[in-house]
Amino acid sequence: MSLIKEIDFGTPRQKAEKTVSLTIDGFSVAVPEGTSILRAAMHAGIKVPKLCATDCVEAFGSCRLCLVEIQGRPGTPASCSTPVADGLVVSTQSERLKKLRRGVMELYISDHPLDCLTCAANGDCELQDMAGAVGLREVRYGFEGENHLEAEKDQSNPYFTFDPSKCIVCSRCVRACEEVQGTFALTIDGRGFASKVSAGVDEPFLQSECVSCGACVQACPTATLMEKSVIEIGQPEHSVVTTCAYCGVGCSFKAEMRGDELVRMVPYKDGKANRGHSCVKGRFAWGYASHRDRIVKPMIREKIADPWREVSWDEAIARVGSEFRRIQQIYGRGAVGGITSSRCTNEETFLVQKLVRAGFHNNNVDTCARVCHSPTGYGLSTTFGTSAGTQDFDSVEQAAVVMVVGANPTDGHPVFASRLKKRLRQGAKLIVIDPRRIDLVRTPHVEAAHHLALKPGTNVAVLTALAHVVVTEGLVNEVFVRERCELDAFADWAAFVAGERNSPAAVEKISGVPAADIRAAARLYATGGNAAIYYGLGVTEHSQGTTAVMAIANLAMATGNIGRPGVGVNPLRGQNNVQGSCDMGSFPHELPGYRHVSNAATRATFESLWGVSLDAEPGLRIPNMLDAAIDGSFKGLYIQGEDIAQSDPDTSHVTAGLSAMECVVVQDLFLNETANFAHVFLPGSTFLEKDGTFTNAERRINRVRKVMAPRSGYADWEITLRIAEAMGYPMHYAHPCEIMDEIARTTPTFAGVSYEKLDAQGSVQWPCNEKAPLGSPVMHVGGFVRGKGNFVITEYVPTDERTGPRFPLLLTTGRILSQYNVGAQTRRTENVVWHEEDRLEIHPHDAEQRGIRDGDWVGLASRSGGTSLRARITDRVAPGVVYTTFHHPMTQANVVTTDYSDWATNCPEYKVTAVQVMPSNGPSEWQRRYRELAEKNSRIRLPVETAG
Amino acid sequence: MKPWNKERAEEIIQAHRNAEGAALPILHGLQAEFGFISEEAVVMIADALNLTRAEMHGIVTFYHDFRRAPPGRHVLKLCRAEACQAMGGDALAARVRERLRLGWSETTDDRSVTLEPVYCLGLCACAPAAMLDGRPVGRLDRERLDALLDGVQP
Repeated sequence: MSLIKEIDFGTPRQKAEKTVSLTIDGFSVAVPEGTSILRAAMHAGIKVPKLCATDCVEAFGSCRLCLVEIQGRPGTPASCSTPVADGLVVSTQSERLKKLRRGVMELYISDHPLDCLTCAANGDCELQDMAGAVGLREVRYGFEGENHLEAEKDQSNPYFTFDPSKCIVCSRCVRACEEVQGTFALTIDGRGFASKVSAGVDEPFLQSECVSCGACVQACPTATLMEKSVIEIGQPEHSVVTTCAYCGVGCSFKAEMRGDELVRMVPYKDGKANRGHSCVKGRFAWGYASHRDRIVKPMIREKIADPWREVSWDEAIARVGSEFRRIQQIYGRGAVGGITSSRCTNEETFLVQKLVRAGFHNNNVDTCARVCHSPTGYGLSTTFGTSAGTQDFDSVEQAAVVMVVGANPTDGHPVFASRLKKRLRQGAKLIVIDPRRIDLVRTPHVEAAHHLALKPGTNVAVLTALAHVVVTEGLVNEVFVRERCELDAFADWAAFVAGERNSPAAVEKISGVPAADIRAAARLYATGGNAAIYYGLGVTEHSQGTTAVMAIANLAMATGNIGRPGVGVNPLRGQNNVQGSCDMGSFPHELPGYRHVSNAATRATFESLWGVSLDAEPGLRIPNMLDAAIDGSFKGLYIQGEDIAQSDPDTSHVTAGLSAMECVVVQDLFLNETANFAHVFLPGSTFLEKDGTFTNAERRINRVRKVMAPRSGYADWEITLRIAEAMGYPMHYAHPCEIMDEIARTTPTFAGVSYEKLDAQGSVQWPCNEKAPLGSPVMHVGGFVRGKGNFVITEYVPTDERTGPRFPLLLTTGRILSQYNVGAQTRRTENVVWHEEDRLEIHPHDAEQRGIRDGDWVGLASRSGGTSLRARITDRVAPGVVYTTFHHPMTQANVVTTDYSDWATNCPEYKVTAVQVMPSNGPSEWQRRYRELAEKNSRIRLPVETAG
Repeated sequence: MKPWNKERAEEIIQAHRNAEGAALPILHGLQAEFGFISEEAVVMIADALNLTRAEMHGIVTFYHDFRRAPPGRHVLKLCRAEACQAMGGDALAARVRERLRLGWSETTDDRSVTLEPVYCLGLCACAPAAMLDGRPVGRLDRERLDALLDGVQP
């Protein structure tokens, strides 16, 4: 194993089709028109010395090191900012160039500390490399004059330091912040010799507008911006390419290692989802993997009120087997089930559903996608024929209009947001449909053309009103509809949306969005060129989540925005492998590949391979499992990498259900909230400790590669194998690649997937089969998967959750950049400096009415329950709407959310809860009781007690 | 020069915000009104133009002419460029700093004078040169300089 050193071509790739030929140092090179001479030289394997150029940002021409000579042209132009031209004859080395470069380097070094041996960048410093490359042998200027050697170090960011004494003011960090990340948090303060890099208005990084994505650190050629982990540990010696385990963007990273110690995670330029970019979570927030809270030994207990007792793996597994078999004997085979994890790998998820179907002999398997994107699955398969987004992320580079609905990409999917913002800065138009003024509505250099700030719960009305405008103003793409869609369904739908009750004027009364804005947004979407829709949980987590997904699909079909790059319908998936967990048959009614369990032929495929007969009836969904537990008919649950006690709605119902079970098995990294109700705890493994694959929001199957041994001794898939064996259904896999082979054998959309292909290609987007052996970046090209596109009537039905005198405000929930989901990982990293607690956003008007000041503790109550947290007064939310995140267990935002859910899929209505907010003194009674219970139920008995 | 006034600043920003490259006209307008660019103004302009604070900071600090603090009642700019140096500018610079007990870009305690270096007023033919409250003064010598200073700080 060695350290992967990616080639830096110096300037970005050009996409021109025309190629240009030239000669560099006697070698002829052909490159796309517009390419820099610097990059062309690198294609020929010639490294022109450079400092201010790097291929993630445009040429800048400031360092004067990449000078070349061009026959017939005067002077020594900078090769980074000089484009190629046909027939040029370029020399990169000559006596004149050598002298010039040495002179430049001499000046740089005259104001740079000569502490290379003790410098953290020693061995990974471009300044050092260039001094070597130009043959610098003496520095005549000395340090007596004015210099920057005493400049003070900024250590405010928890993950990297800024040491201006080592800065050469090449502006790579400033440009990376602007061009790659799109945050514009850095600048050059002053001019001339006084120039220095400044975060914000010469503030510490932490207080500036910096979002800690790491792009500047990666771009820095010296030790000026340096990961603290490298300063502490030293330079890595080998690296392994793997996939981030946070959100559904699925960024590729190089895990840079020293032995089995992770030194840093560096975004991988060949990663097709992230193209070399990262966010604060993937880049830096991996410290949870070695956090002291991690449990690495299996534990069991008789009752949940008992303290945990550490036991051997054999004892823990035997307990799971004997308990589940006992429960099935007494209460029937349907009394146990499993929950798969959207954080674990495809292979692990496949195994859990296999264990349930073949080992438990029922279909009681479900997954957290139930509570996020199940409406996407149902909605898109009804309209298009597949349960997934239609595009790859690259597609956004060709979009002219982007409509973001119920998603907050700059917080939830930051790397995609950076790519989107880049496109918007190039001139694409943006429509935002969201009750809250998310950052994208107006953020430096980006401004939405339209923000439809609708009342929570009125998505379907607004989306249908957009369709009304498209149909009644003659904006339908008739050719597309005639060729690709079911005409009868279209005619019915067109007549329906054209109805007066779907007009912008009528919908204005329901949604609060001015009719003129709805009309303008619809016209822009339908006529602005390639139009792409990106949506999130603000669409799905409603009583009409599935209807809203179908309304989006209808809009895209009616305007012909499907089936080519730059358009499409794209769910932004929440978790790293939520797409994969759905693909792998995690739902109680579907076998892998979204095939219904009642389909005999599909069952036969698995039955013959697995040697069991499979139940043809769908099993229980998570809410049904909990209901059945309370009724006394469901008693045992195997939960892999999920925290349903925190993430699922109506917490008191969840905890009541869990408390009613006889054997709850939690497999996780930490004693999560659900573990408070568990009888067996099996310590799980992080993404760094196992092999497998994750599938991201663009259906891209990315490799996860093991870089260290599992701390508990077993990877998660191995634990499932042991449980299967204890259940009397042994499965035999030596490596996750064999599980993928089984997936490929049984699941048509994965037929062409193998680890060999993934290793060779880097990643592959399903469907991958004989028709598309290299995978499918864009779906529904030339025709829909289901045949003809299906328009579905989307009648708006208001949710039963309504405001009234007792609960006059609407609560909606979301997340924040630095935290992830229930926060189990990110709360155990330095990311807490950005978000130490969940806060309730409330409009100044609503706050004033209640006598609430910024930072006050407030009670938040709904008909389900109450909690308290501190208020943040902001006009990001409209009057009548409040907003919070759910990252912290003590907030328990889901105590408040109700048991209402999507009509088709049971996806909970997290995004709309009628609430009241009132001043309070601190944590609520529920929070106090829960804290006590959590403290009691998470005790671990010390070994000495066990001995006694 | 008027004291800092947020409402007035907002008017100046609004008056120029739709101009092409609005940052500089706004900064000139603010400096003309208040004599300096306050930190609060930097944030206000950034917000109005949908730029970051950092970007505005970069623009303001790039131009030496934009002050970050209110100046004294008079502003004396002494040319420090080559022609004036050749004609005895260094001695005049030492003299003025000694008399006012000021470093460059500092203001006297009684807020009567702010001393600023300037790199070429375009008066090389009349070097050494200075500018007092916007009025160019050429062919400076010690006496003329003292007379200038007597006028601003009796």
